[in-house]
Amino acid sequence: MAGFRSTTSYIASRDLEVAVNAAVTLQRPLLVKGEPGTGKTVLAQEVARALGRNLIEWHIKSTTKAQQGLYEYDAVSRLRDGQLGDERVHDIGNYIIRGKLWEAFAADEQQVLLIDEIDKADIEFPNDLLLELDRMQFHVYETRETVVAKHRPIVIITSNNEKELPDAFLRRCFFHYIRFPDRETMERIVQAHFPDIKQELAREALNVFFQVRGVAELKKKPATSELLDWLKLLMIEDLPPEVLRSQDPRTAIPPLYGALLKNEQDVQLFERLAFLSRRQQR
Amino acid sequence: MLAHFIVALRSAGIPASLTEYLTLLRGMKEGVADYSVDDFYHLSRATLVKDERHLDRFDRVFGEVFKGLEPPEGDLTRTLPEEWLRKLAEKLLTEEEKAAIEAAGGFDKLMEMLKQRLAEQKGRHQGGSKWIGTAGTSPFGAHGYNPEGVRIGQDESRHRRAVKVWDKREFKDLDDDVEIGTRNIKLALRRLRRFARQGAATELDLPDTIRATANNAGSLDLKLVPERHNTVKVLLFLDIGGSMDDHVRICAELFSACRAEFKHLEHFYFHNCPYERLWTNNRRRRESEVSTWEVLRKYGPDYKAIIVGDAAMSPYEVVQPGGSVEHWNEESGQVWLQRILGHFRRSAWLNPMPQPAWDRYHSAVLLRQIMENRMFPLTLGGLDDMTRELSR
Ligand SMILES: Nc1ncnc2c1ncn2[C@@H]1O[C@H](COP(=O)(O)OP(=O)(O)OP(=O)(O)O)[C@@H](O)[C@H]1O
Ligand SMILES: [Mg+2]
Repeated sequence: MAGFRSTTSYIASRDLEVAVNAAVTLQRPLLVKGEPGTGKTVLAQEVARALGRNLIEWHIKSTTKAQQGLYEYDAVSRLRDGQLGDERVHDIGNYIIRGKLWEAFAADEQQVLLIDEIDKADIEFPNDLLLELDRMQFHVYETRETVVAKHRPIVIITSNNEKELPDAFLRRCFFHYIRFPDRETMERIVQAHFPDIKQELAREALNVFFQVRGVAELKKKPATSELLDWLKLLMIEDLPPEVLRSQDPRTAIPPLYGALLKNEQDVQLFERLAFLSRRQQR
Repeated sequence: MLAHFIVALRSAGIPASLTEYLTLLRGMKEGVADYSVDDFYHLSRATLVKDERHLDRFDRVFGEVFKGLEPPEGDLTRTLPEEWLRKLAEKLLTEEEKAAIEAAGGFDKLMEMLKQRLAEQKGRHQGGSKWIGTAGTSPFGAHGYNPEGVRIGQDESRHRRAVKVWDKREFKDLDDDVEIGTRNIKLALRRLRRFARQGAATELDLPDTIRATANNAGSLDLKLVPERHNTVKVLLFLDIGGSMDDHVRICAELFSACRAEFKHLEHFYFHNCPYERLWTNNRRRRESEVSTWEVLRKYGPDYKAIIVGDAAMSPYEVVQPGGSVEHWNEESGQVWLQRILGHFRRSAWLNPMPQPAWDRYHSAVLLRQIMENRMFPLTLGGLDDMTRELSR
């Protein structure tokens, strides 16, 4: 089995590797949850790349309907064409628009299908896809055809936990919860993104980063994505690592903190903490 | 053995089903977890647990089940899937070693050796050279066969025990029964949001109406969908001025953080038990005083009343007129509480004190009775139960 492994660009823990390989081997969807910015979405890209498959991405919004993943019947166009006396109107097939699932089912080789942020949709959404994901087929009522997957796609589903997912749906999935990376893993992730980073800068920056995350009152803790953005800025600005050294975020606001703290209240919190500590030092 | 494992999981409240059990068996058969016992742990976790809140429980059960199957009760080998061990050995041994084993009697011999060693291990304290998992001399241990994994190694050193993935209990914070603090506050928020968003009215779905109308050859066919508006209104009554202040504050922050999600959210403060007056801020100064009657008049019965407090006080403060520690109350706390409960159609009490301690306070028992059992711990699970109760 070729299998999915941690790569130079994506650091996967062993449990994630096993979960992905289980999903690939047994051809069942993999549901991935975890704090924002911990690499849920990127995982699908990495799996596709590692297995040499094409990736189809379906990003879910609060208004997305399950049916849209299968196909949509564009009644409005047909109505309009009918009024204009367009010949196309007689073939209903002209008004069937394929969705992402159909695309994945119709492909000539196996695809990786990402269903991103499934919890954004209506609570019924996962249930509405049960059968389709299980059997990898569906029926198009308008044209009376049944679409069957030529190759069962590898399905990766992410959720940010905004809604509970239905049990019947969960039973059919493998599940992986991405834990927030520990220091060592984070070092590897940084290395993966910035192979040329100065070791000292990386070390000092990670110190500050984990200290910032340790501030309990934060509304939105910075995650991997924020760290990477911040590092990029630090590198562009070419800040000397000493600037970061022994910088307790409680006593001084980290340089270029805008990349780390995305929440107005958090910025204020840090300003207040810094102010208080300066006053105490006096 | 696996069936036993599933049963243990289920009795620990992890809803692993037959479907998932079969999936796990298939996974093993297909060789997903061939490489080590840790992989077996990972595979079974990915297959059987679908909710991060249950991960910690899973770890505990995993540890227990696979320990429960160890000696002293003798025949341990029964508990290890032989087929799988065999495959494992096949994977892990070099060609030379395989040849050596062949010479010694093949894989059956290997299995026998394994059994034997397991038996020898009984009553021993330190692994000797034959000990499974001891690098070098054992065909198992030298090649990454991970004795910590299955806990064949009953006598491993403490240090080694700590290595076990499931013993690290890395998912503890995600468990439902853990008190709400800054670490799991986000999860708690989501629960509340869900609560805030339910019960929506319906509105016209224009695209669907057009579609249906077109299908209907042009005659109008109206379609309705639930409105995405928030309808839940909440009144919070917070007990302030005691040992539980921190927890109460967390709770208040929790609600405030999703203020936008509720149609209305108001706070009132009291001390120990609500009486004839409440306060609109937590300093409870005169300026912020409001009459409880006033509050009942102003906020309709459709508000959900949530009282937050540890319910730990002298019973007099609940049942006795004049029992308040702060002032002379004409009517008892019980009377006032019942008035509040009678006014609002839905109400609940959130108690930040750990649930096992409730019964130690007579007052908590009393208040719980007055609440007709609608007292919930300030945990994720408690929040769930409370929101369920309030949205019935
Ligand atoms: N394990 C990892 N290895 C390499 N890069 C990572 C890893 N985890 C996260 N990243 C990086 O962090 C950033 C955020 O990842 P991603 O967008 O996938 O997060 P997410 O979990 O989908 O977040 P959200 O919940 O906000 O959608 C990406 O730039 C990604 O490359
Ligand atoms: Mg994402």
